[in-house]
Amino acid sequence: MAATSTQARPAGVPAPETDGGPLTFAKALNAALADEMAADPAVVVFGEDVGPLGGVFRITDGLTARFGTDRCFDTPLAESGIMGMAVGMAMNGLRPVVEMQFDAFAYPAFEQVVSHAAKMSNRTRGKVKLPLVIRIPYAGGIGGVEHHCDSSESYYAHTPGLTVVAPATVADAYSLLRAAVRLNDPVVFLEPKKLYWAKETVDLPALRRAADDAVRTGTEAAGGIGTAAVARSGTDATLIAYGPSVSTALAAAAAAEAEGRSLEVIDLRSIVPYDDASVDASVRRTGRAVVIAEAPGFASVASEIAARVQERCFHSLAAPVLRVTGFDVPYPAPKLEHWFLPGVDRILEAVDELQWDEGDAGDEGAVETETRAEAGGPR
Amino acid sequence: MTISPGRPPQAAPSSNGVPDAASGAAVQNLLPSDTPVQLIDANGTASVHPSYLLPAGDALLDAYAQLVTGRRINDQANALVRQGRMAVYPSSHGQEACQVAAAAVLRDQDWLFPTYRDSVAVMSRGVDPLQVLTLLRGDWHSGYDPYEHRVAPQATPLATQLLHAVGVAHAAKLKGEDTVVLALCGDGATSEGDFHEALNFAAVFHLPVVFFIQNNQYAISVPLRNQSVAPSLAHKAVGYGMPGERVDGNDVAALLAVLGAAVERAREGGGPALVEAHTYRMQPHTNADDATRYRTAEEVQDWVPRDPLARTRTYLRGLGLLDDARETELAADAEAVAAAMRDGLNADVVPDPQELFEHVYTRRTPQLAEQARLLRSELDRG
Repeated sequence: MAATSTQARPAGVPAPETDGGPLTFAKALNAALADEMAADPAVVVFGEDVGPLGGVFRITDGLTARFGTDRCFDTPLAESGIMGMAVGMAMNGLRPVVEMQFDAFAYPAFEQVVSHAAKMSNRTRGKVKLPLVIRIPYAGGIGGVEHHCDSSESYYAHTPGLTVVAPATVADAYSLLRAAVRLNDPVVFLEPKKLYWAKETVDLPALRRAADDAVRTGTEAAGGIGTAAVARSGTDATLIAYGPSVSTALAAAAAAEAEGRSLEVIDLRSIVPYDDASVDASVRRTGRAVVIAEAPGFASVASEIAARVQERCFHSLAAPVLRVTGFDVPYPAPKLEHWFLPGVDRILEAVDELQWDEGDAGDEGAVETETRAEAGGPR
Repeated sequence: MTISPGRPPQAAPSSNGVPDAASGAAVQNLLPSDTPVQLIDANGTASVHPSYLLPAGDALLDAYAQLVTGRRINDQANALVRQGRMAVYPSSHGQEACQVAAAAVLRDQDWLFPTYRDSVAVMSRGVDPLQVLTLLRGDWHSGYDPYEHRVAPQATPLATQLLHAVGVAHAAKLKGEDTVVLALCGDGATSEGDFHEALNFAAVFHLPVVFFIQNNQYAISVPLRNQSVAPSLAHKAVGYGMPGERVDGNDVAALLAVLGAAVERAREGGGPALVEAHTYRMQPHTNADDATRYRTAEEVQDWVPRDPLARTRTYLRGLGLLDDARETELAADAEAVAAAMRDGLNADVVPDPQELFEHVYTRRTPQLAEQARLLRSELDRG
């Protein structure tokens, strides 16, 4: 059998030009993969269409050309096969990063994820570590047809052993993915599809230096997994969100400010580990909380967060913790999805329900605005 | 098809290095023998096979010693379940030849991927019986370090471990390691999607994996005829472009020859192969099973004369390699293994409750730390 080198190939293909200027979420993920592959020859990327095509969302664009077909390759069309093979490769010293193409396409791999990836370390009393990342283009808002828009985080978050990450910013897309690849546990990395084309100006060289330093020092958590961020400061109520809902929460907070109400937005960044401390500190300060998520709300991550906040911050709360989530229906057809998704108005209406006293900023007289009226629906 | 060591791929490799199996001749070359390969029959008589050499006498004597130990382990483990010392034991009584051969054909650098019924194979690979039985005793999900003897944890879902075997082989190939992976499953597992995906992946990536089906005729209560209507399970190989072979699963000589050829073929770059052993589970699925509900006593009795130990014994005695004195020694050795196992299992082991929170994440989450403190305070209160 031909021995095949797994060394990074600095062949003629340069790293994608991503330094300086606005960067899309998709390019940030691409840069993160390329940088991790360059930093560690054990990192291999595979899945459906991730090779020459560069993935249906181009997240793996150029990786085969730069690192060779041993490091980034297409598999037969079989999600359980992809996931199960990744488990074995991780057992034998590699760090696989697999792509599941679309959220609902990952379900055939579910047994491999929950029965094997999640449990291998536990089954073997920690003898076998499984450093692998399951990248899932996830959630809705892009007008996709059925099976292309599921929010599946609750299935994974419910499974002990899985780390579940959902970035909401371009900078986090880069830093959290690099940290996920370095983690010695399996990570479900949920990439909000509607953010792929979002652009932000980020200091990529600085992020890259920080991630490279983490590689050198072996600091796994440098990217922020397990630490929530305050996406916007406020004093009247806390909006708790992650992934695709963070931008919606920020839009709601901006609209509320125009109405004289100051909302803080917490971006969880990772669902597991969950950062109780940051969430609690915010809610204790503001005394009110709304949890926002796209997934159906029943038995969901949003439910868990609401319950935790209620249990831990009860004496600081001026009102029950509310949830603004997708309805408990299958993800709708594209022409109906805007009715399903939690939008700015639905969030603001929930905020209005937080039992404001007379004299609180933003009482009832202030709420009806043009913004809500022109949305033409709950959005 | 005969799985011969060192034989080059049957057809010219296509551009991706996978043999082009499109021609009728190539398909013929992947098909299993018309009847299961047998080298020593039920009467202990050896025959000459056109494709497989009878293993040497001393190799068969070693295998026989393992068979005797394996049988003793199965009987002892059943007894320990009846005494309440183990939660459950899926016996491989009647399948010991498959168990012994699976371990014997591998080198130290190779990997074995066993199922829950393959405890004897794991022990034959060198893992301490007490560590093997941790799973079935109920202390922890697996009791051994998979890297120590290159044995994966025993799998309880069906066919899922075949993909892990493929992954280990794929990593080995990418790293340039000289490693062959032998992956075990039963007849029932061949109905699972992961069986299909594992064979397809192994073939497409041309990986050194040998898939070994122990067809013991029943998936718990469902007979093979309700599981598959393929000409044989080995015939499934042709659909993936790999050779398949059938072997008498109660003939340890044939198993050593066929599995050994498949392993060497994989080691030399020939790619994956599928081997189906025809055998029989002489005892119920586990102690919780009532086998009389789905099979007749006559059917079970039919298999008694085909016992893997009896025919090997007859053959070795005929060669003069085995006599009463040597048999007494082997029985004593097996008894010593069983006694150590019994003593170990009779010693009460109280797992540390705090270990619940270990090995879940590399770094304990704040929530798990909190739950560990809760359990600690419960333990402290007594």
